[in-house]
Amino acid sequence: MHAFSSLRAAVTGGTSGLGLALVRELTRRGAHVAFVARTPERVQQIAREHPHTHGIVGDVARKEDIYPIALQITGELDGLDVLVNNASSLGPTPLRLLADTDCEDFERALAANLLGPFRLTKALLGALSASAREGRGAVVVNVSSDAAINAYPTWGAYGASKAALRHMSAIWNEELAAEGVRFLSLDPGDMDTPLHALAVPDADATTLKQPEQAAVEIADAIEASLPAIAGLSRRSSAASSRAAAEGRAS
Amino acid sequence: MIAATEPNQRPADAKLLVIDAGGQLRPARRVELLDFLRAGDLVIANDAATLPASLSGHHVPTGGEIEVRLAGRRSLSPEDVVCFTAVVFGAGDFHTPTEHRPPPPALAGGDRLALGPLAAVITDVLGHPRLVSLRFEGRPDDIWSGIARHGKPLQYAHVQTPLALWDVWTVIAGRPVAFEPPSASFVLDWRTLAAMRARQIGFATLTHAAGISSTGDEALDARLPFDEPYHIPSATSAAIDRTRAGGGRVVAVGTTVVRALEHAADVCGRVKAGYGIATTRIDEKTRLRVVDVILSGVHEPATSHYQLLRAFTDSETLVRATELMSALDYRTHEFGDSVLIVAQRLRRAEALRHLQRGKG
Repeated sequence: MHAFSSLRAAVTGGTSGLGLALVRELTRRGAHVAFVARTPERVQQIAREHPHTHGIVGDVARKEDIYPIALQITGELDGLDVLVNNASSLGPTPLRLLADTDCEDFERALAANLLGPFRLTKALLGALSASAREGRGAVVVNVSSDAAINAYPTWGAYGASKAALRHMSAIWNEELAAEGVRFLSLDPGDMDTPLHALAVPDADATTLKQPEQAAVEIADAIEASLPAIAGLSRRSSAASSRAAAEGRAS
Repeated sequence: MIAATEPNQRPADAKLLVIDAGGQLRPARRVELLDFLRAGDLVIANDAATLPASLSGHHVPTGGEIEVRLAGRRSLSPEDVVCFTAVVFGAGDFHTPTEHRPPPPALAGGDRLALGPLAAVITDVLGHPRLVSLRFEGRPDDIWSGIARHGKPLQYAHVQTPLALWDVWTVIAGRPVAFEPPSASFVLDWRTLAAMRARQIGFATLTHAAGISSTGDEALDARLPFDEPYHIPSATSAAIDRTRAGGGRVVAVGTTVVRALEHAADVCGRVKAGYGIATTRIDEKTRLRVVDVILSGVHEPATSHYQLLRAFTDSETLVRATELMSALDYRTHEFGDSVLIVAQRLRRAEALRHLQRGKG
């Protein structure tokens, strides 16, 4: 039996990079997965390639898209146990010094990396807390970055928005612990993804982590955070303990 | 009473009228709600999110403009988003009171409807020119997407600002299966839920596909509420058992919660967990088996919601309550004030409790 059978999970930014790897990994473990992305053609293509998933077209950075996205997620999955806020914006590319960053570009990074996850989480909190009340547990994973902690020059818009997202995760986690909704802020590391290529075009891909590996670690962390599933499955790898510990610490 | 015209779920000045088991009326502020509940009570709310169930478009055979209001479905299954019961209006929108809305073109089985990105076929006309069953074309995911992008929340003329989904989703809104918001739950926010926990007042939910509350047509309104599917989690039915055993009261937030719980109850008042379809009407003839207290909106006497309140207290008390709320400018409708009614059948138990407390 799959560890995640009957688990209902949603992943934003689910048509490339880490998001796509997570859609595949969660589906492989038996979860019922909905994914969100902006480009209709890509959403249709990924949904076709993964027949048991639900593709939803929407932009988490747009306020008007949030409720239609939330409606489709909870409607198609019949509720929700796990939300992965993965969709991210780098801010201006090529990367710029903060002082050279246009205010509008900074706002766009905040909209995608901070306000979007805030709005979507808030809209889905009813479904997540219902899952927790029913004893299934509920987890929100906010995909973080070492740029949320370290001050890397030229990563200002991205780093500042990810730092705020990380702190928001910690506050949500404190406030909603009694409701049974857990928040994990997870840093997948430098991966060979389209986002990384945009940020560091001349990076040597062979030195980068594969998104599939990061997806396994995140899925392990989710598994470790869901009491019902953690009780069912005895698979507790070192990676899952590490990731969960980081989630609690952040 | 006056209609609440602003889509504000929790106005700071919201009022509450408490009607105790002896029929005594006590006006209060709604922020004082928890003072009228006790440790050991169990509050049960409907966590259904609200569909944007108003779909504008046209009737393909005549080209006539229509508004389709989805009003009922057979089950809560995500795939069962294909067939609906619906009320159809002619041209216009919520700005016109429903009773003044023109009828749709003559509708017949097999007629096609074009509703933005959605295509539907009328499968039957249900004994009234405005009431139909319809079937959407396409895969369930495409139907969900079409409803999400094209639908608007059902709205009535007393609120003139167009409603967005965030206006009608309660903070606990989960599965999107209601056609109108379970608006008694507008009173809840996360702070209130935390305060309940601190006071050892239990909280549980069920999911009930709250239907349409008014059509503007007398003959149709007499058929409300339509059958409504619901789901009661086993955690909720277990919490009810514990509350009963501990001598606490079951407090229903909204009429839909009463309808689901009483439908799911056996003769001894035990609530079965699982899926069901509430088909019964609750009115003054109903003997309540589960619910002891109801928190509800302020309803006008002609409505089915008002009829349901008669299961809790007698007509004379409700008339006095309506008079008092009129005198005190209580606001009606979904964004209005609230009433908390303790069922009259608890009169002896509550009197005994007061007596014991007096002695202690």
